[in-house]
Amino acid sequence: MVTNVTNFSRSGLYDWMAQRVSAVVLAAYFLFLIGFLIAHPGLSFADWSALFQQNWMRIFTLLALLSGSVHAWVGMWTITTDYLTPMALGKWATGVRFLVQAFCGMLMFVLFVWGVQILWGI
Amino acid sequence: MNSQRPVNLDLRSIKLPITAYTSILHRISGVILFFGIAIMLYGLDLSLSSAEGFAQVQQCMSHPLVKFIVWGLLSALLYHLVAGIRHLVMDLGVGETLEGGKLGSKLVLVISVVLILLAGLWIW
Repeated sequence: MVTNVTNFSRSGLYDWMAQRVSAVVLAAYFLFLIGFLIAHPGLSFADWSALFQQNWMRIFTLLALLSGSVHAWVGMWTITTDYLTPMALGKWATGVRFLVQAFCGMLMFVLFVWGVQILWGI
Repeated sequence: MNSQRPVNLDLRSIKLPITAYTSILHRISGVILFFGIAIMLYGLDLSLSSAEGFAQVQQCMSHPLVKFIVWGLLSALLYHLVAGIRHLVMDLGVGETLEGGKLGSKLVLVISVVLILLAGLWIW
């Protein structure tokens, strides 16, 4: 049996919802960003920098980073609980899975803080 | 559960349905994107740091290997996006039957291949 103390919200239903809501935010963000880049073929530093100096763009990007953190956690949790099991790894599975999940969480936290530094360091 | 039951998880001897392929690709593209965030943030950091940094990113983007990595990341993003939209559509109760699931998987593959090729044209 796989214990579920490491999932995002202690509830599969909330995890499901968090994954969907964060997915919609991420879809909107990347479609906007790709659309912006397509609409500005000869993009200059001034235009690019001006975009990220807008407060709404910083908020939108921070929201995307937050959504990315939630989305990545739910996704990586699902994958690790599916594949890093006692059937695949034997008796060390729980420890290995926990360490991999801890690594994913740490990495996501570092990326999030880095993103905040980029956004407010302009 | 009887733990002595035979278990076959040898992927080479299992014939997977098309829905399994789109599902595992969704997972693989998700893992690629998770680690790709670091590359995206590095590019964002450098491009916003100064005009010189921005020019450096532009110069990097002319390198074939960098173009290939960016295309790879964009491909993962586009596939994950299309497959994710299919999930949302299925959450609304559309395409949940066996036939609907197979058709949805085919649509995901066709649409994402077209988008990935267009992304390749855009980058090169």
